Amino acid sequence: MNEALAGGGSSGKPVPGSRRAFEPDWLARLGWLAAILYVVYAASLLDFTWARFVTGLEQAARFFDRMFPPDFSRWEAVLKGLKESLEIAVLASVGGILLSLPIGFLAARNLMPAWVNWPARAVIALCRTFHPVIVAIIFVKAVGFGALAGILALVIASVGFIAKLFAEAIEEISLKQVEAVRATGASFMNVIAFGVLPQVAARFIGFSTYQFDSNVRNSTMVGIVGAGGIGAPLFVAFQRFDYDVVCAILIAIVAVVFLCEILSNQVKRVFGEAVQDGREPRRG
Amino acid sequence: MDGSRGVAENLTPGTAVRRESHASGQPGSAVRREWQRFTAGERLARFAVYFFVVAAFVLSLGTVEVIPEFLWDAPAQVQDLLVRMWPPDYAHYPASVHAALVETLHMATLGTVIAVLLAVPLGLLAASNVMPSRTVNTVAKLALVTSRSVNSLVWALLFIAVFGPGALAGTLAIAFRSIGFVGKLLGEALEEAHRGPVEALKASGAPWPSLLVFGYWPQVKPAFWALVLLRWDINVRESAVLGLVGAGGIGVALNTAMNLFQWDRVAVVLLAIFAVVIVAEVVVTWVRGRIL
Repeated sequence: MNEALAGGGSSGKPVPGSRRAFEPDWLARLGWLAAILYVVYAASLLDFTWARFVTGLEQAARFFDRMFPPDFSRWEAVLKGLKESLEIAVLASVGGILLSLPIGFLAARNLMPAWVNWPARAVIALCRTFHPVIVAIIFVKAVGFGALAGILALVIASVGFIAKLFAEAIEEISLKQVEAVRATGASFMNVIAFGVLPQVAARFIGFSTYQFDSNVRNSTMVGIVGAGGIGAPLFVAFQRFDYDVVCAILIAIVAVVFLCEILSNQVKRVFGEAVQDGREPRRG
Repeated sequence: MDGSRGVAENLTPGTAVRRESHASGQPGSAVRREWQRFTAGERLARFAVYFFVVAAFVLSLGTVEVIPEFLWDAPAQVQDLLVRMWPPDYAHYPASVHAALVETLHMATLGTVIAVLLAVPLGLLAASNVMPSRTVNTVAKLALVTSRSVNSLVWALLFIAVFGPGALAGTLAIAFRSIGFVGKLLGEALEEAHRGPVEALKASGAPWPSLLVFGYWPQVKPAFWALVLLRWDINVRESAVLGLVGAGGIGVALNTAMNLFQWDRVAVVLLAIFAVVIVAEVVVTWVRGRIL
């Protein structure tokens, strides 16, 4: 009895079937070693030397010295850029959300046959592949410089994110409610409206507000490639070494991003009670 | 009130509020009940949200500067773009794209590693059950928020100003942008960990490194690897862009080709990015299947 509890027994060698807590995993240790070797190798490619670090520190000191105090004298231009960024974010979010609804439904494997959901999933994957700024480059060529290119680029990004997660949310729903609605003789659209949508609406709102935040962040950046918004003045200020202006623009961007985050948290709270209901079916 | 809510919850998603209008003095009179899903306050809040969304949309649509001529022109421009891109200049790939692509992957991977190394302590400090001091929690969370609210392109610009253009700036930009992401999610995973194993270890007199390694680590391990993989996947996409501002990687090749209007080379670069992103996604899915 006692020996059984002791597990290993009195001899040094563990008897087969005995267990050691936290047994060393040699394969994992080998993996860690490989990871460390890789990091050393990759870091050596960066050409990072002590001298460079020291000059870097000096540069950083000069850089921060020039950044403060922030120069808000061109606040009108900053405000105009921010306004355009926000417009881009709002329009892109609305467009992206409206497009994501049908695409998400089409991509849900439990509602749609394979020949419908594969193309829809391919569209979503394509939308997700490229960073919004790269998509913006293409759209700048297609529709010219300005806000429209930014809007279209962020619509693509929104579809890639919302439709993907929306389709996954639909795939997780409880089919009991769908069946119940279908049993009443409801049409397909009614099944969607009363059987599926109530189960995923809260999560859809969650994804949408998250993507809105993300669109606000990205709308301040697409200007770097000429797609409108505050990004262009920011990049120009950087290239002219007007670091005090850069600092002012950055402060303004962070403030706007924070405000939008507070706003979308508020929206989530308004629909907050529904969030728990959205999770209800999966618990049961 | 409570009873009616309980019954109603089984019937409809959301809470129900019963409005009763029956004459109090007359027993047996017809009781008319009106069931409503939301209270007046909830309905008002929802209406405010809808109103705000519509107002923001209409305002933006009205004031945004879009030049319609450019829009009508778009199909012709896209056609022109595709014609210029086709056929892609594949000979350009071994010449200068391949090295940049490898550099991009190194930037993404090394950036993720640095981010994890810095994010783990911050995540530990931000988790209220690991670090009981509220002040330290708040400071750590503030650091994580700062890291997240600065876009990786801006981080890249900052590091270029410090270290000059090149992959070093890009790697650090990736790392500093990722700290907030990894640290926040790791902190949340730690806060969700069960206290049982930790308390058992504490009762046996384990020192705090053992608490972390044997108490928390096994619990957050799956979440940790999942979020590291997710961040690496995101970083592969992001590191492709950083070159546009001069922070190394394949974005530099993209920028050069675009500035010279060599659209057939742009096409090759885009194809390369596309391939790498798909490969990264396949790798992440495979590793996730193996590890988790």
